[in-house]
Amino acid sequence: MSLTYEFEQKENVLLVRLTGELDHHEAEQLKNDWQLYLREGVKHVVVNLENLHFMDSSGLGVFLGRYKEVKELNGEMVICAINYDVNRLFELSGLFKIIDTEDSEDAALARLGVAL
Amino acid sequence: MSNHMRVEFAAKSENESFARVTVAAFIAQLDPTVEEMTEIKTVVSEAVTNAIIHGYEQNEEGIVLVECFIENQEISLTIQDFGNGIANVEEAIQPMYTSKPELERSGMGFTIMENFMDQFEIESIPHQGTTVKLRKKFLKNQSAYN
Repeated sequence: MSLTYEFEQKENVLLVRLTGELDHHEAEQLKNDWQLYLREGVKHVVVNLENLHFMDSSGLGVFLGRYKEVKELNGEMVICAINYDVNRLFELSGLFKIIDTEDSEDAALARLGVAL
Repeated sequence: MSNHMRVEFAAKSENESFARVTVAAFIAQLDPTVEEMTEIKTVVSEAVTNAIIHGYEQNEEGIVLVECFIENQEISLTIQDFGNGIANVEEAIQPMYTSKPELERSGMGFTIMENFMDQFEIESIPHQGTTVKLRKKFLKNQSAYN
């Protein structure tokens, strides 16, 4: 199973939905595509991992890299709908200490002030 | 129960998913939990990715060897490359350490292997390669159907 993803902009929030498996092979392309969307008008990012079934430390690297870019825009990054397995990896990495999480996409968008 | 498998493949990033799915299929005979299965897939992915990125620096002519032994409820897993080797293993296994920050590596690969497995060992010789040896005992399936 490979990785597919979609980007959507809601007000000043870039919404990224990932489906499938995120490993080193998929990480480079995801990073390049993601950076294309971090353009004018985008300040915050919401990442929806509801359908991400597998991730290794390459995924942590991608999120950390985008987190730094969002911080440069003075924005926030919220990761939502993380499943049990992927959550363990985030816990282990300590990334939760800097990146905010929410249970659902709606909650994440609301947190960043997007009118639903 | 005792069993054994060995597979070798080109050091191409496409083969990271091949490697973890192959090992997962092999250990399915132990009837692992979903959590155990994820742990094994993750550590295989980490070790194979290291071989490709660090061992061979993405030279796809390199060969990665994955071997798995099952002995009763315990597996021993070996992931080997014949590439650069690691000059300082102590440094390499530190959490958040990466020799390639420009590639957005998180530096968590070895930490994940240590956490998800019972035993973890690295043998590395500069210019000859790196072997990662991992062991894990699987809980007997508690299912009432057994």
